[in-house]
Amino acid sequence: MCTTCGCGDTELVPVELHEKILAGNDRAARHNREHFLESGVLALNLMGSPGAGKTAVLEATAKAAASKGWKLGAVSADLATDNDARRLQKAGIPSKAITTGQACHLDAELVHRSLHDFPWQQTDVFFIENVGNLVCPAIYDLGQAANVVVLSVTEGEDKPLKYPVMFNAADLVLLTKCDLVPHLDVELAKVHDALARVMPRPRVIEVSARSGQGMDAWVAWLEELRDGIGLGAAAHAHSHAHEHSHDHAHGAEHHAHVHSHAHAHDGGHAHDGADHHGHSHAGGGKHDHEH
Amino acid sequence: MHEYSLVEALVTRVEAEARKRGALAVHRLSVRVGELSGVDPELFQTAYETFRAGTLCADVPLTLTRVAASWSCPRCKTPIARGAILRCPACDAPGKLDDGSDALTLDRIEMEVP
Repeated sequence: MCTTCGCGDTELVPVELHEKILAGNDRAARHNREHFLESGVLALNLMGSPGAGKTAVLEATAKAAASKGWKLGAVSADLATDNDARRLQKAGIPSKAITTGQACHLDAELVHRSLHDFPWQQTDVFFIENVGNLVCPAIYDLGQAANVVVLSVTEGEDKPLKYPVMFNAADLVLLTKCDLVPHLDVELAKVHDALARVMPRPRVIEVSARSGQGMDAWVAWLEELRDGIGLGAAAHAHSHAHEHSHDHAHGAEHHAHVHSHAHAHDGGHAHDGADHHGHSHAGGGKHDHEH
Repeated sequence: MHEYSLVEALVTRVEAEARKRGALAVHRLSVRVGELSGVDPELFQTAYETFRAGTLCADVPLTLTRVAASWSCPRCKTPIARGAILRCPACDAPGKLDDGSDALTLDRIEMEVP
């Protein structure tokens, strides 16, 4: 009611909200993240163009990580077909297809629903292979511990500059198909330079699913991330029985916390290819804070 | 074309707020779109105009405020030039995205209340 004279006229009020339009998705993502952490599952959101090599990298990961004794699992999203999920299944990664129909990205709710009839709790490392698309998936938090963007050397050196939102969201870039470099007019230094212009802390591993190049560094990155969020050897709390030996000596010094900010500590390293070292950070926190 | 799913979330949120406050009508929406929000403002506007039919927002204009992306040093606040390597030119710290650069926020709903 009009408060000036009480005449009964309606009033026009501005309601200040300043609320993220994706607040609903972010809530669902937090819910997923809690589930993953409680169950001791390292969840990763794997994004990249169609044909960048997301599925091939995962196939090669099954082989490269075999000595770790991790149980891997994946959900794989495509507009149509369950081909990728079947490929992963064949490579020894229990997988399930999420067919999105016309949807160009996964959201937290879709991921949540896909978990209902998949034994994800029994996995150690759980990959969410997003729809092949370098645009839309970037802004949807799924509850992952980190975003991994797959970029192949055939895609053009300046691709990061063209899709800054996606690469800005990446905690790690896997530069794939590096075995092809001798056959291409591509200068990897230019790709690294482009990444440093869209990522404040570029972390890049050069890999080849075909030759196995860099796969050890990628597996080491996964292991570091597991330790960093308290899922490493010392905090191996979940109950599934499988045989593995943890050959690394560290663990006890790791604490079960998730960084609530992106990349809290910086080793001061530049983009130096596959030879990475040092710290780990749970990049999922990137979505939890205001920039 | 994720703009449609974003517009759907927007309209749903506006309808909930209007219900909560017993609004008789909604007059205007204001949304802030950062350059690194992953949303194209024109596509967003088009998606809104298509999607709003039959909703409480059917005749409600949408004002989009664009925010240019910028980076600066979290330590010494030195701005980082557009397109440059994202490290502070003064102290070499990794850059930080300035507020609003990646925002996609519903700032304000103007509504008519009894």
